[in-house]
Amino acid sequence: MSDTTIPVTTRKDWSSDQEVRWCPGCGDYSILAAVQLLMPELGIRREDVVFVSGIGCAARFPYYMNTYGMHTIHGRAPAIATGLAMARPDLHVFVVSGDGDALSIGGNHLIHALRRNINITILLFNNQIYGLTKGQYSPTSEVGKVTKSTPFGSLDHPFNPVSVAIGAEATFVARTHDMDRKHMMEVFRRAFEHKGASLVEIYQNCNVFNDGAFEGITSKEKRGDMLIPLQHGQPIRFGPDGSRGVAIDSQRGAHIVDVAEVGEDALLVHDETREDPSVAFMLSRLARGPFEPTPIGVFRAIERPEYGEGVNQQLAVAQSQRGPGDLEALLRSGATWEVA
Amino acid sequence: MTDIADPATAPEVVDRVIIRFAGDSGDGMQLTGDRFTATSALYGNDLATLPDFPAEIRAPAGTLAGVSAFQVHISDHDITTPGDAPDVLVAMNPAALHSQLPRVAPGGTIIVNGDAFDERSLAKAGYDSNPLRDGSLDGYTVYEAPMTSLTRGAVEPLGVKPRDAERSKNFFALGLISWMYTRPIEPTLEWIQKRFANNPKVAEANTVAFKAGHAFGETAELFEHRYEVRPAKLPPGTYTNITGNTALAWGLVAASQLSELPLFLGSYPITPASDILHELSKHKNFGVRTLQAEDEIAGIGAALGAAYGGHLAATTTSGPGMALKAETIGLALQLELPLLVIDIQRGGPSTGLPTKTEQADLLMALHGRHGEAPLPVLAARSPSHCFEVAIEAARIALTWRTPVILLSDGYLANGAEPWRLPDVSALPDLKVTFATQPNHTGPDGEQVFWPYLRDPETLARDWALPGTPGLMHRIGGLEKEDGSGNVSYDPANHERMVELRAEKVQRIADHIPDVEVTGDVDDAELLVVGWGSTWGAIDGAVSRVRAKGHKVAHAHLVHLYPFPRNLGDVLRRYPRVLVPELNLGQLAQILRAEYLVDAQKVTKVRGLPFTASELETAILEHLGTAS
Repeated sequence: MSDTTIPVTTRKDWSSDQEVRWCPGCGDYSILAAVQLLMPELGIRREDVVFVSGIGCAARFPYYMNTYGMHTIHGRAPAIATGLAMARPDLHVFVVSGDGDALSIGGNHLIHALRRNINITILLFNNQIYGLTKGQYSPTSEVGKVTKSTPFGSLDHPFNPVSVAIGAEATFVARTHDMDRKHMMEVFRRAFEHKGASLVEIYQNCNVFNDGAFEGITSKEKRGDMLIPLQHGQPIRFGPDGSRGVAIDSQRGAHIVDVAEVGEDALLVHDETREDPSVAFMLSRLARGPFEPTPIGVFRAIERPEYGEGVNQQLAVAQSQRGPGDLEALLRSGATWEVA
Repeated sequence: MTDIADPATAPEVVDRVIIRFAGDSGDGMQLTGDRFTATSALYGNDLATLPDFPAEIRAPAGTLAGVSAFQVHISDHDITTPGDAPDVLVAMNPAALHSQLPRVAPGGTIIVNGDAFDERSLAKAGYDSNPLRDGSLDGYTVYEAPMTSLTRGAVEPLGVKPRDAERSKNFFALGLISWMYTRPIEPTLEWIQKRFANNPKVAEANTVAFKAGHAFGETAELFEHRYEVRPAKLPPGTYTNITGNTALAWGLVAASQLSELPLFLGSYPITPASDILHELSKHKNFGVRTLQAEDEIAGIGAALGAAYGGHLAATTTSGPGMALKAETIGLALQLELPLLVIDIQRGGPSTGLPTKTEQADLLMALHGRHGEAPLPVLAARSPSHCFEVAIEAARIALTWRTPVILLSDGYLANGAEPWRLPDVSALPDLKVTFATQPNHTGPDGEQVFWPYLRDPETLARDWALPGTPGLMHRIGGLEKEDGSGNVSYDPANHERMVELRAEKVQRIADHIPDVEVTGDVDDAELLVVGWGSTWGAIDGAVSRVRAKGHKVAHAHLVHLYPFPRNLGDVLRRYPRVLVPELNLGQLAQILRAEYLVDAQKVTKVRGLPFTASELETAILEHLGTAS
């Protein structure tokens, strides 16, 4: 490809010819729109982008993007994307997953992709329910959830995806929600630009099986009081006129305070680049669920060697030290003898 | 010859010998056997080996469970098996003697480490009395060498602690056997220097112990004979000694070079396949990328991702891993992407016998997926043959865009044989043509790429790599519309696609060689049909039976799906068909079902390969019922 100029594109160029088939009113539509609107701004070519997905409603995503795409099997997208990203560092590899796909059947692949820091961007659509299989509780559902498979209420303690990712020492972890396109685009852009594995949890409404799961914090009316925007280098404040904030102490960890009461200097200044994941983890534990003030934005963005780059460096070093592989020499690398 | 030959003890020339080294897991028997093998290979013998070790890394010392053995068959003529009964057993302790004695040929030679036969060790090995003294070994020629004390005596002047000194006793044994079988000593001395370069003290101790063992043989006047096995008359060429796993790894590297595609291995450690991962991890200058994944599923998943990106991708495993990979193999089949799935079979089911060999994954390889999911299955027949079969598997995968299962097993994986190096320039061209242009005109005249348009002859689909401008497309596990590759739930389309995928794999049979028949091709009374690692034992057994005047033929399958086109004719040509397998009759079942022939089975599931004599007996029995 000698032409180095990136063609100017619009959302339409990034939309495939396939009819979008999520339930009307599904939060997935707004996530798709945010991604399709962001793509023209990223300065990349469509042919260099691959969306890899597993199974679930979210996993249909690749069919709607006019890029390369791979709709694979349940839970395995991070593993498949790992191989693709290792093999083809020239590509931009996205993984689209859901709470069941990423945290239940695919939990192992997710945490290992994160710790390995392979260069992929993971969009985790969290609707706290199994949609495609028609309404069973998921690994992020709240305790006591009454569903078809738990008529007496679920007993499982849920995962908090951001906590899981930070626990796996992911180098980039963020959260956004499907009701705020601007915020989604900002966070997606940051995740895309991050070198290594990035995970974005997206609170996504399933209007059929779990309608309104996040409404208490994401609706236009509630947002101001209930979402805590994280901004790097800024004291963490939220609520009317920033009257509330987050402080940290050895007894209570991260906790919510009244700014007037404790003073601005007592607030935690958000530092997404802090090497130690403990503070980011504490922030992820602020809310026990989407009914308490919940941080959104970038929790953690640190630099650590990217896996694929390390792999390629080892290849380059081997080639410079030993020269390119010579098959004839390989076959003779052990002890040999001649038979006349 | 580089060692000292005293005319008084001029060696007796024998045409072949089978030696079995046995000791505690910590005694270094695999290393000892390996070195004896390497020296014999360099000397020019034909050979075959059978490492036989427990799954436990270190079972309690001195127990029967902890015995590790290595059998090597060396000869001055072409051989294909590690031999039936050992002529010589080297037993480093009572447990080794107790567990291995039943294998030894009647009248065979037993060399024991006499120091190890104390009361405690005898009891641990389950002996009530000392077999060296109670006459129970009267039928054998027994040599007692105080290996521990002699090694300690030789090594202690170097300042090595007594406990460490004893560790060199396997080199004493190796020295002694090297003397007995007139092996050149330089290769081993050089190897010790290289191997223990980082630890000069250990290198020195092992050197001294090795020489002491050699000198003991020469001076002890204990041994009536020494023997010589002259070099074999093998076809001219350059030879190297190779195990199945190394040959397989090199075959993958070769396939990568021949296809001009970078090699990617996604794998998870598992016995007995891990050595392929180890070997490929060394060859980064060939552009080989290896990923030790978090699990078996991630191993194949990453490989499939790399295949999608245009790499020659492989995953290596054994039975338990195959079970885990089944869903991803099905995806690869649906995506119609090339992928090599390599199963080094071991004793099953479940964890089974991890370090022992078996051929019981054949039906899983053929059928172990949900839905109608046929794919090519190949099997290697000897350690060096793994090289060739890896290239053949890659050829089929790349040409027909399909996952291919390659079966090897623990016996081939760890077994070694001399290999005449192939002419690299004569290896097949595996280059792939990727799509770079649209291949279809849409309804409004626009040029588009349809990922499921097929080559009319092979039915292989067009393959466009991500990064190719203008050919963006989506593939996935959902059923595809014929041609466009869009998701389709149309009933007729599904049936057509199921049939197309099956037909594509069937057509591979037009591009593989006919199965070859050896032996009494024209007038055999009985045809032995085998697959995989039974080749050597069948070959040996058929030769013996023919030497007795019976008419027998042998056909050995490399391609297990699809079968060679001539297989039906071959099976129907002979009055009797006998199928030996290290399972309960899996190929026999397929042959009966596919060709309506009365294939009889010979089975063995003991974690060990067939011996030629077992199969000789089986063939004679079946011929007997024929007469």
